[in-house]
Order: sequence, then structure tokens, then C-alpha cells
Amino acid sequence: MSVEVTGISKTFGAYAALEDVSLHAKSGRLTALLGPSGSGKTTLLRIIAGLDQADAGGRILFHGHDVTNVPAGQRKVGFVFQHYALFRHMTVFENIAFGLKVRRRRDRPSREEIAERVHKLLQLVQLDGFPNRYPAQLSGGQRQRVALARALAVEPEVLLLDEPFGALDAKVRKELRRWLRRLHDEVHLTTIFVTHDQEEALEIADEVVIMNQARVEQVGTPQEVYDHPATPFVYQFLGNVNVFREQSLALAGNGIYFRPGSLVAGGLVYVRPHDVEIVPHEPGADGIPAIVRHVHTAGPQARLTLEQVQTREPVDAEISRAELDQLGLQPNDLVLLRLRQTRSFRPDYAI
Amino acid sequence: MAVAFKSPRRVLPGFGLSLGFTLLYLGLIVLLPLSATVVKTLGLTWGQFWHEATSLRVLASYRLSFGASVLAAGINTVFGLIVAWVLVRYPLPGKRIFDALVDLPFALPTAVAGIALTAVYAPHGWIGRWLAPLGIQAAFSRLGVLIALTFIGLPFVVRTLQPVLENLEPELEEAAASLGANRLRTLRRVILPELLPTLLTGFALAFARALGEYGSVVFISGNMPMRTEITPLLIITKLEQYDYAGATALAVVMLAVSFCVLLVINLLQKWSNWRNRI
Amino acid sequence: MAGAVISRLASSAPRAGATPRAVTDPAWLRYALLAVTVIFLGVFLVVPLAAVFTEALRRGPGAYFSAFASDETRAAIKLTLLTAAIAVPLNLVFGVAASWAIAKFQFWGKSLLTTLIDLPFAVSPVISGLVYVLLFGAQGWFGPWLDAHDIHLLFAVPGIVLATIFVTFPFVARELIPLMEAQGNDEELAALTLGAGGWQTFWRVTLPNIKWGLFYGVILCNARAMGEFGAVSVVSGHIRGETNTIPLQVEILYNEYNFVAAFAVASLLALLALATIVLKAIVERKAHEA
Repeated sequence: MSVEVTGISKTFGAYAALEDVSLHAKSGRLTALLGPSGSGKTTLLRIIAGLDQADAGGRILFHGHDVTNVPAGQRKVGFVFQHYALFRHMTVFENIAFGLKVRRRRDRPSREEIAERVHKLLQLVQLDGFPNRYPAQLSGGQRQRVALARALAVEPEVLLLDEPFGALDAKVRKELRRWLRRLHDEVHLTTIFVTHDQEEALEIADEVVIMNQARVEQVGTPQEVYDHPATPFVYQFLGNVNVFREQSLALAGNGIYFRPGSLVAGGLVYVRPHDVEIVPHEPGADGIPAIVRHVHTAGPQARLTLEQVQTREPVDAEISRAELDQLGLQPNDLVLLRLRQTRSFRPDYAI
Repeated sequence: MAVAFKSPRRVLPGFGLSLGFTLLYLGLIVLLPLSATVVKTLGLTWGQFWHEATSLRVLASYRLSFGASVLAAGINTVFGLIVAWVLVRYPLPGKRIFDALVDLPFALPTAVAGIALTAVYAPHGWIGRWLAPLGIQAAFSRLGVLIALTFIGLPFVVRTLQPVLENLEPELEEAAASLGANRLRTLRRVILPELLPTLLTGFALAFARALGEYGSVVFISGNMPMRTEITPLLIITKLEQYDYAGATALAVVMLAVSFCVLLVINLLQKWSNWRNRI
Repeated sequence: MAGAVISRLASSAPRAGATPRAVTDPAWLRYALLAVTVIFLGVFLVVPLAAVFTEALRRGPGAYFSAFASDETRAAIKLTLLTAAIAVPLNLVFGVAASWAIAKFQFWGKSLLTTLIDLPFAVSPVISGLVYVLLFGAQGWFGPWLDAHDIHLLFAVPGIVLATIFVTFPFVARELIPLMEAQGNDEELAALTLGAGGWQTFWRVTLPNIKWGLFYGVILCNARAMGEFGAVSVVSGHIRGETNTIPLQVEILYNEYNFVAAFAVASLLALLALATIVLKAIVERKAHEA
């Protein structure tokens, strides 16, 4: 079931959490709402779930039906909270069975059916040994899986996750997000999840919605947003970035690659560190003159910090260790920088 | 088709019902009776009010009630700090029992406390018999009032301090020690200032409690007008004599003071929270 | 007067390893403070408590038990139990309603409401009784109307119950409010998204989470309801056998110089106080374990 929101705004007093946001999450796809804290992504998710109300004028449509005024319990959404919100006085089994037990008599499955469903879900989330444990006895990753099973028990049509892995440590986070992706491939439920971790979003989402300061900055597949960022914010949020100004470009000659017609007059040029090519210095050759300041070789790539001769601004570059050995670079060496793959934006964008 | 929103619908249910019932109950049980008192007082002229509220006997009762309450709260602050310190930080056999006992003045009905204290401090009582040869009369004197009010306020300082002491960062003391401060200096200059807002709050709470206290005092005080008569007792005496105006006037004075103290306590707690905000 | 004093439920359990601090205090200081503490607590708490029982048993167990044979004393016990049986549940329901409204929602005037709920604590017990006299007494607001309809609230059981409700009004609420605020709304919201209705959410999710706070508040409310003296003294009229509660009966016996009986009846209340303290300590321990 697809989820479409249009014209959603939300203010808390004088603070605007969302400004005229629109979004279309396609049916059966895994969509990520990505952005820094305060961008409005959690607010948007909660509004979709019915846990908060948008200001007048916005609409929420589930598969074409207007659910803007439908209470949360009737929207058939499953919501997974960042801090799990498991019922602390119920066992794992009772937590997952909750949604089924509170149904009206005529809609309620029999006890045996409930038990069967709960056990199937426990298997799905790989917790079948734990039905009688209490949340306090589980690890963070286990609690999150229970929360997920609980949300899935009521057979929602949309699954919403609020920073589901935010409270877990890095290794568990990685494992769980891959597990979530596999689960999604099995279940094919329309899923929207919120995260501030760009690696997470880019790794598992079908579509990424990048938000910043109450607005949507860009929507696209992970590949699209990474390779073709629409704004400087998206560019720098998704990875490291160097910014070059006009004075540097003037010296570069043909050392800079631009897509035809893409250089904005008077604009800034954005380059990723791994798109900075380093060649030994030769008088008259193309390239931006720079001095090597630091060489960091602890890691899979070599990371260099250089200083442009003309403007004295720093540049970060990433090259392979093999290339580094070949060039034999040392601090204070003079080199030329050539830029592959650049984007250019108008200078009144602030980073 | 977009539906116009009504006034903010709250997501969790039951707001109207719970708030409505709360306000109704609060209004009927608390606000209505209290406002009756205030309105009754308004029925007096200013002159009458002043006359009732400041007659000699009344003034003597103020002096006793307020004075003894301040003193009792002060004693409780000093000793309460020591007790709380010991209970939180020192090993002590039977500590749990002592700790639980601190709640006694809170749980024990005031009338029981009253007769018990009188029995103990009367001239033949367990403690009274030691004081009599020294010429100290504890029961049926102002000293007795003080003792009763100290009893009644005891838990307030201790219980207010305990959580704060428990959560005091050891790093503060360790830092002071590593910078060369000896223990007493650390206590005086590092820990006491930290505890100041809480101490003041405890003092204010004990004071407020002692001010209105009746049951535990009326037995041990002897209730001699102009000497050992506390204001609450005076109110009852006036009521028994159908002097409603007098009783009401006194009640309003006490209420006014109580509300001021309540305000001060709230401010102190705000200050304390601000201090600990990190 | 927020919950700083009475409730240690909402505060976190003491930090692990908090006691080793003792070794940094000089020994003479430690012993001095220990001595002061033991003496202070002994004199002010243990001695009076012991005195109640000693005086009650001064003439032996026979005299002790015969104190309870008196009709007046039994009537007093019955009235106290009745009063508590009415006041405590009512204040319990109120406490739950008030804390639901205050802890789960945002609205204008919330802190004013919380302060108003604390009012009975700030008011002297005598005044708590007085306000009802001013309301229902012969010269009170409703006095003439009540007289006309031959309804007796003052100097009768209803007045006593009302005054007791007033005095014990805040106990449950001020236990629950910080507790529910600390617990947040997430579990209730989760229940809503799973399709639970309002009452279902309250019974199945909220109530189990607050049960220790409820119990705690009820214990304290009950102790105060049974032991209240000043307020009840004003509204009761002291009619023997009819409008005396246990504390008032203690006063009557004492003023008649019937000391053994007075202390015997008082010992009931002292035992109640001890039971209250013990239950309180147990609940605090359970709540921190939960």
C-alpha cells in the first residue's frame, strides 16, 4: 500500500518542525527518511502514523484513501519506536500477542491461533527461544526485534520505524539493518524508516528522502542522491567534500573536469576526496598547485591533507596506497591537483 | 477531499474525562471550602480583622507558633543533615531499621505522638526525670512545644537530603582532595554549598509542617494562654466559643503565611533544579 | 511542595559503591556523627514509640485488652475504619485521574493545577476542619439550607469523612504524577498503534506500570486517614460513641486520666504506623527492583 503525504506542515509554538512537506512512498518499497537532528523526519513519521497531528491543510493518503483524520489505532500501521516502547511488565510473548488480544471479540483470533501467530513471528525474528523472557532480560538488538514482531503481529499495511537502530552500538546496528533488509525482501511490506545515519540509508533503502530544516532536499535512489546531489547540503551530508573557489579554478587550466555546461558562473566547485587526482608538479602543466601537509596511511586508503598554494585553503584527498607508493609523496612536496567528477553550486548556498 | 481540522485532537484518549473529574473533585473538596473561608473574612471590616488578628493573646500565640517552628526547623536542619549523612555514607548496624524509623513522625498519628511525648517528658517520665533535678521543665512548657515540633519535622530534612546526598558526585570531593583540601575544608567549602538549596528546602518544609501542627503539641504544651498556647489551638478555642470571626481571621493569617511558605518552597526547588541542571 | 519529601519512588536507586566514601572522613568525625545520630534518633523516635507500649501495658495485659471492650472505643474503631474505607478509594480514583491528565497531556495551567493539588498539605489540620465548619456550620454558606432540609453534615459522620478526604487528598496524586511523568507516553502510544482502545491501554499498559506507586500512595493515604486528629477534632463535635474516631477517643480517655486505656487504644495506631513504615520500605525496595 502506498503512502502519500501532501502539504504537511507542523509548528510547535514558534518552531517550525515541518514546512509544506510532500512525499510519496511506493507500495512494497523500503524508503528511508534521512537527515540530521531537527530536520523534521521523526515528526513526519509520527504524523504519518497518527501519533501527532499536522497543522491544517495537509493530507495523508494510504493507497488513495484519505486517513488524515483517522485515529492511529485504525490506520493499520505498525510503528517501531526508537527506544522500543516494549510493555515492560509483559513477557515477549504477551508483548507480541497484545495487538491481537485487544481486538474486539468478533475480530479476535482464538487463543490457539494467537499462540501460533506469535510463535511464527518469533521464528521470523529469530527469537523463538525467548517467549517467556521479560524485556529487561533482553539485549538491545533483541528488544528491537521483539518490537518489530509486535508491530507485525497485527498485519499492518505500512511499517514505520523511528531510528530503529539508533540506540544500539555500531556492530549490532550493521547486522540488524542488513537483517531488516532481508526481512523486507521476504515480507514486501511498504516500509518507511527514519535515520540520521547516511551509511545505513544508502545501504538498505530502495529510495532515500533527504530532509533538512523542515523541508525535503532531494528524493531518489541511493545511487542517484550520492552521484547527483541536488544541493550542497545533500552533497556534504552524504560524504566528505572539498570546496574550491574561482581563484583556484583559474590556475587549473584543463585540470578540472566539468560536465559540459555545468559550471555555474561565479559558482563554487564541490569535489569528493577520492575524485582528487594528484600528479607531480611540472611547470606549465594543468592542475592546481598544492603542498602536501599530512599523509595518513593507517587504513585501506591513504588520506592526504594538502594546502593550495594560491589560496592557502586545505584540501582532503584520498588515493590508494599503491598510488601513494608510486608517487612517493612526503610532507612539503609540491604537487598538482586535478579534479574528476565535480559539481558546482551557487555561492549563496551555505554548508 | 480535505476535511477541516477541529481544535487540536489529542492522540491519547481520556483527556476530557480525567481533567474534568479532576477539576470537579478539586473544586468541591478543596477550592470551595477554602474560598468560603476567604469570603467569610471579607465579611469582616478591616478594623475588625485587625482587631481579631492582633489581640494580645493572639500575638502571644503567633510568637510561640512561629518562633518554636523556626527553632524546631533549625534543629532539624542541623541534626537532619548529620543523620542523613550518616545514613547515606556510614556503615551502621541496624541502619535499615533506623532509616525506616525516620518515617515514624510521618506515619504516627499526631495524637499518639502527643500523649507519648508528654509521658516521656513529664516530671516522672523517662527523660523528664533526668531533667527535673536540673530545673528544666520539659512538659507543659515552651520547651515541650519545641520538642514536639522537632519530632514532627524530623523526617522532612532527612528525606529531602537523602536522595541528593546519594547522587552527589564523588568526583567533586576527589577533585578537592587531589587539590590539597583537607577533609573538613572539603566538607565546608565544597559539599555544604552543594547541599544548600536542599537544606533550605528541608528547613522550609519542616517549618511549614510545624507551623500548623496541632495534635502532637496540645498534650505536651499545657495550653496556657499567653504562654504555651499555639495558634491552631487558639482557633479551636474561639470556635468552641462561637467566635467565628476571630477564628476565621486567625485562619486567614495562617493560610496567608502557609501560602507564602509554599511559594518559597516551590522557588527553592526551582532554584535547586536549576543548580543541578547540567 | 513536590514529591521531594515523601516519595523516594521516582528517584533513582543509590549509586553502586556509594558507601566507600566513609573511609575519607577522619575517624573521630565518624564516631562523633554516629553517636549524635544514634542519640538523636533514639531520643526523638525510639523513646516515644517505646513509651506508648510501656504505658499501655503498665497494668498488665488484662487492663490492656479490657480497654477495647468499651462500647465507645469499639464505635470509634468502627468509625475510623469506615472513614478510611470511604476516603482512601475516593482519593485513589482522584489521584489516578489527576495524574493521567497531568502526566500524559500538555495544557495551560498544568503547574497551577499541581500546586492546587498540594494545597491541603500546606494547610494546618485545624484550618482544614475549620473550612468545613464555615461551609456547613450554622453560620456557614450552606448552613441554613442544610438545617432546612434536616441534613446534618457537621458534628456527624459525613463531616468527618469530608474533612478526612480533604486532608488526605493529595497523597495518591503526588506519588503518581512524578512516576507517570518519568515513565513517558511511549508504551501507551505503542498500544494505540496496535489497535487498543483508551480503557484497554489504561488497564493493560499503564496500570501495571504504576502499581507500586499506587500501593505506596494508598498506604500513606490510609495512615493519614486513620490517624488524622486536628481536622476531625474540629468537625466532629466529640459526641461519644457516635462521632469519635480512634485519635479522638484517645484524647477523651487521656483527658479523663484513664491513661492505660488511652495508651492502649493509641498502641493500635502505633502498630498501624509501624506497619505503614514496613510496607513503605518494602514497596520502595520493590519499586527499585522493577
